[in-house]
Amino acid sequence: MAAVTGTAKPPVIAPGHTFSTVTDKISAIVLTRKTSLGWYAGFGLSFLLTLVLFISVAYLVVKGIGIWGNNIPVGWAFEITNFVWWIGIGHAGTLISAILLLLKQTWRTSINRFAEAMTLFAVACAGLFPAIHTGRPWLDYWLLPYPNTMGVWPQFRSPIMWDVFAVSTYATVSALFWYIGLIPDLATLRDRSQSPTGRVVYGMLAMGWRGSAHHWHRYETAYLLLAGIATPLVVSVHTVVSWDFSIAILPGWHATIFPPYFVAGAIYSGFAMVLTLAIPIRAVYGLEDFITIRHLQNMAKVMLVTGLIVVYGYMTEMFISWYSADRFEVFVPFNRFTGPYAPFYLLLLFCNAVVPQALWFRRVRSSPLWLFVIAIIVNVGMWLERFIIIVTSLHRDFMPSAWGRYAPTFWDWSTFIGTIGLFVALIFLFVRFLPMISIFEMRTILPEAKVEEDVSGLRAEG
Amino acid sequence: MATTPTLYGLMAEFEDPTTLVAATQHAYREGYRSMDAYSPFPIEELHQALGSHHTRLPLIVLIGGLCGCLGGYGLQYWAAAIAYPINVGGKPFHSWPNFIPITFECTILAAALAAVFGMLALNGLPMPYHPVFNVPRFALASRNRFFLCIEARDPKFDLEKTRKFLETLNPREVTTVAD
Repeated sequence: MAAVTGTAKPPVIAPGHTFSTVTDKISAIVLTRKTSLGWYAGFGLSFLLTLVLFISVAYLVVKGIGIWGNNIPVGWAFEITNFVWWIGIGHAGTLISAILLLLKQTWRTSINRFAEAMTLFAVACAGLFPAIHTGRPWLDYWLLPYPNTMGVWPQFRSPIMWDVFAVSTYATVSALFWYIGLIPDLATLRDRSQSPTGRVVYGMLAMGWRGSAHHWHRYETAYLLLAGIATPLVVSVHTVVSWDFSIAILPGWHATIFPPYFVAGAIYSGFAMVLTLAIPIRAVYGLEDFITIRHLQNMAKVMLVTGLIVVYGYMTEMFISWYSADRFEVFVPFNRFTGPYAPFYLLLLFCNAVVPQALWFRRVRSSPLWLFVIAIIVNVGMWLERFIIIVTSLHRDFMPSAWGRYAPTFWDWSTFIGTIGLFVALIFLFVRFLPMISIFEMRTILPEAKVEEDVSGLRAEG
Repeated sequence: MATTPTLYGLMAEFEDPTTLVAATQHAYREGYRSMDAYSPFPIEELHQALGSHHTRLPLIVLIGGLCGCLGGYGLQYWAAAIAYPINVGGKPFHSWPNFIPITFECTILAAALAAVFGMLALNGLPMPYHPVFNVPRFALASRNRFFLCIEARDPKFDLEKTRKFLETLNPREVTTVAD
């Protein structure tokens, strides 16, 4: 592909690889590579943070959500910020695996598997927050429509209910998509594993996959259809999340720009997280042949574009608040620039609007180190964006006598940092026990995978 | 009980996708129908070479999606307008625009489940045992080798003749597959 589009572009897979080298290299990370001390250290540390999460949630269940800093008027704070942040991160995985598949972007092949895993783990972290924020999480099943002795049904006109359906559908479809993509590679691991346990476990997970042409045909059809239905799904999820805000009448929330602005922000932060994970992983596991500079450059370009859409969203917010001539709406940007949370707003503009402009330069896009730094900054910026949207609108709404302030408590922080620990711990487990790059899809982009022309000639004659 | 294991078929191993596709086309023209080709990645031409037709999967997914759509909308209508009608902000009980997001999500969910379980069911998976796994070298079918298996139940199958025919297709080797 690189040869066709121009010599300046680095290839999507380093030259010289064959079916066997691709298979062996990726499966060896799981099957034969000695688990390094670094893996144990990284997993151990992130698992400790996961324990912090467990303790925070246990304490929350015992004491109630009073241990957090949110209180009227700021009834939503860290939990919803974290929820929106995590679920946004997930969006890049589905975008890479579904939308780029439909657009026939072959470069997606080396990053889609772990981007999908990232989606799954991010959605798990995201789903936790609204679940524990209900106050009595053991009654969360009340959100589901089921016949019950109380004779009540959920209120389907509420965006919160839409969210329940959108997020649970998203989690289910992401898991299915990821697992279906894994089946042929699990068969590879089953066939190559030297240990009896590995053969049994991978064998059961592979479900007897044998690579039959009939199976492949249905498999490809199913995969393509899943991509087709996951594409509108991923757009709908953050749209529904944005409706949680924009259907309310609160100044700063009640805006029609919210759905596209949220979806762009989600993809923006998601690609930042993919880069944050991909850059260290490719260096540690020596995967520079498969996750090439070309991939990093393309992801940087997606970040630049979605970042600009987000900046456009910021400008539209300000313009519409002025244009509305509604004094409460006009107050929102004024309060953001001069109110108690102004330093965070300015930091958010710096992280999301100023820093990513460096991505206009090819030199920056080609430098893993710079991309890593920018990706971290964007992650921080996108978290701040959700914090600002949620807290600045709530803390000063209409009546100054009802204004208030919010400051996070220890438990707010410990829960948030705990989910980062859970996310990283799951990533560590994933890279250790499953192939982090789709092996069978890598085979398809090798030059030797092409069936030569004269065969089609034979077929025409026969 | 038979003393010798029954025969499932004859399997030829190939080095590259082009040879496998050519071999499959030859076998099809020779009149073999009960056969299957195995490859470590999807090859579009291979499916055509086996003379297979379209899969019913898209229809299954469509039906799944429609069920989700009607089920999702019906659930909301029934709950909000019949089973538990409550007045929210003066909105009508059957406030259909508010029911669209969940209807959409239910459509997607049911279609995705239909795609995954439909594919598995049509493929007959999970299948813990299959005779092709009796060939030791078949483990390479998930790595870098390509296999064509002509099954013994094919009316044209004859151990000697079929083996001779497979030998002419440039295979790496031809082996018998025990059932």
